Amino acid sequence: MTAREAILQRLYQGREQQGGLDVPVSNFAVLERPHWNHADKRQRFEQAMRSVHTEIHSVSRDNWCTVLQQLATEKGLHNLWVSPDTCHGKELTQHWQLTQTPLLQHCPPLAEWKDELFNQVNAALTGCRGAIAETGSLILWPTTAEPRVISLVPPVHFVLLDGNQLYSTLHQAMHQQGWADTGMPTNALLISGPSKTADIEQTLAYGVHGPKELIVLVLE
Amino acid sequence: MNPATDAVREFTPRARTALDNPAVRNNFRKAMDGLMDKRQAAFADWDLEALRELGAAVRLRALSRLPELLVQLEHNLQARGIQVHWAETGEQACQIVHDICQRRNARSVIKGKSMVSEEMDLNAFLARSGIEALESDLGEYIIQLAGEAPSHIIMPAIHKNTDEISELMHQQTGTRRSHDVDYLTASARSQLREKFMRADVGLSGVNFAIAATGTLCLVENEGNGRLTTTVPDCHIAVTGIEKVVENLEDIAPLLALLTRSATGQHITTYVNMISAPRQPDEKDGPEEVHLVLVDSGRSAIYQDRELLDTLRCIRCGACMNHCPVYTRIGGHAYGTTYPGPIGKILMPHLLGLESAHILPTASTLCGACEEVCPVKIPIPQLLQRLRTEAMDGDPQRPAHMDGHGSKRNWREMLLWHGWTLFNSRPWAYRLGTALAARFRRWTPARLGTWTRYRSAPRPAPQSLQQQLRQCRHKES
Repeated sequence: MTAREAILQRLYQGREQQGGLDVPVSNFAVLERPHWNHADKRQRFEQAMRSVHTEIHSVSRDNWCTVLQQLATEKGLHNLWVSPDTCHGKELTQHWQLTQTPLLQHCPPLAEWKDELFNQVNAALTGCRGAIAETGSLILWPTTAEPRVISLVPPVHFVLLDGNQLYSTLHQAMHQQGWADTGMPTNALLISGPSKTADIEQTLAYGVHGPKELIVLVLE
Repeated sequence: MNPATDAVREFTPRARTALDNPAVRNNFRKAMDGLMDKRQAAFADWDLEALRELGAAVRLRALSRLPELLVQLEHNLQARGIQVHWAETGEQACQIVHDICQRRNARSVIKGKSMVSEEMDLNAFLARSGIEALESDLGEYIIQLAGEAPSHIIMPAIHKNTDEISELMHQQTGTRRSHDVDYLTASARSQLREKFMRADVGLSGVNFAIAATGTLCLVENEGNGRLTTTVPDCHIAVTGIEKVVENLEDIAPLLALLTRSATGQHITTYVNMISAPRQPDEKDGPEEVHLVLVDSGRSAIYQDRELLDTLRCIRCGACMNHCPVYTRIGGHAYGTTYPGPIGKILMPHLLGLESAHILPTASTLCGACEEVCPVKIPIPQLLQRLRTEAMDGDPQRPAHMDGHGSKRNWREMLLWHGWTLFNSRPWAYRLGTALAARFRRWTPARLGTWTRYRSAPRPAPQSLQQQLRQCRHKES
């Protein structure tokens, strides 16, 4: 008998001995926040994100490239990675004027540029699929154009968020975006702030293994 | 006998040593006080009782269909290319991980935090074959440098203060001595960065495995979990068979409960959901993903309706943070992978009651653990059940678990038989109390552990029955 068969057999037997298990109803109503309007959601999102050292900037479709360039200058970034295959990437490429902060746009398979990615890429911009107000979380489903490591390895991560894509809770987001129905991607992420740890005597420190800074540009 | 069971036998002297160590007591007291306050604040806006009811219902629903959900999980993971392995014991699970590493000629494994891998003693197993397993969670990294085991399931290095960590990192890695936590954290970041890039295999735990979508869900704050599951070409996830849930939406209440109960955070920095290895058009992610489903005593717990509630646990550690015993003696005193209240009800199953029978007795039954448990595990009730299991030797009753009746001894049994006789026969009771009253001065002053902190009881000069008889006599 294989381990699989033995384990399953014990589980089936165990349940049979007990004559099945009574299960109470799962009432998900406790998770709902029906009274939050858009302004409430926006305020909660910003409050939650700022409480974990996330920078938030309101931008318009006309000025977000300019704001991003200002931020890149202020932070003294050496370079910024952006995908050439996304709408926002193309738009930024057209507007980019900073010579001291060149745009990086190549994205070969990870093995071909691991050293460069880990040691030289200073910052990256990605989009996202929306955000969750209650916990201050960005929803990212990495794609071929914006792979998983891009939101993880560079020390500074900029995220472009459509202000209309704000959900009250995770439960609402997964239902309204139909996660379970459409099938989950290879990797789906919730990102709620820059990387942090409190493993040394409970003292909070940011930027332990992932990005040290998370900056959200909210498109109005 | 393995080292883990030996360690449990040393519980009492370890607890005494911890109690005598003001630094350990202070480190734990400070940390646990902070965690209790943060948890309370994090649930301030919630109908916590309703949320806990939902959490308990979700876990119980999953357990009620556990075999079917495991098969469904396996089917859905395999359909997307994730390889699923089953292990009856920790050693089998280690062997599976080892074989995957060997097939890939892997020499280095970078690890995200995984308590199941601690339970399996995986690092030592791999080391015997010359495979280096390096912990990457900062707390785990620190205790690996110290050659210690975790003292808390969420904050493994909580027993150490900044001074101790600074000294340890100075000696082991050459950083300068510093109280600056940002400097120490940045040093660990740069030390581990190269390791992430070069590791052959990434190994992680799993917080929830979702059967309906075939998804492995991991939560963490540091980003080491994401690096572990993204950068190396092979990712191996190890998990206990009880971690499966039915639907994707089931993780919403469990996440809400887990992170708030554990550290008072509304959510962790990263919630990482993995449903496939790297697809042909994708640029990164491991080309191979494996899930190792570990039984290691869990299916035995599943045989009994009352004990089965142990499997509802989502490993938040809130029971530890609120336990008056854990807070005073710390995690190492238990000598087990899972310390504190959850360890007391889980480890006797994993190690057998014969070696772990002392754990369920290391509790005041104050009930704080049950009050804060996010999935409402009746821990005090289970502790009492395990105490009974350890003492019970009634041949009429079936043995429920390994080590059933192992603490039963003839002296105690004889004493209880005498007690029964004494209380069920009036002549014996009268004779006994009269003799006790007559010879009360000869009552021993020392009664073993009872009189270590208390004075010995002395029988009254007259029993209650004698006094009652005298009263009645006077009245008549």
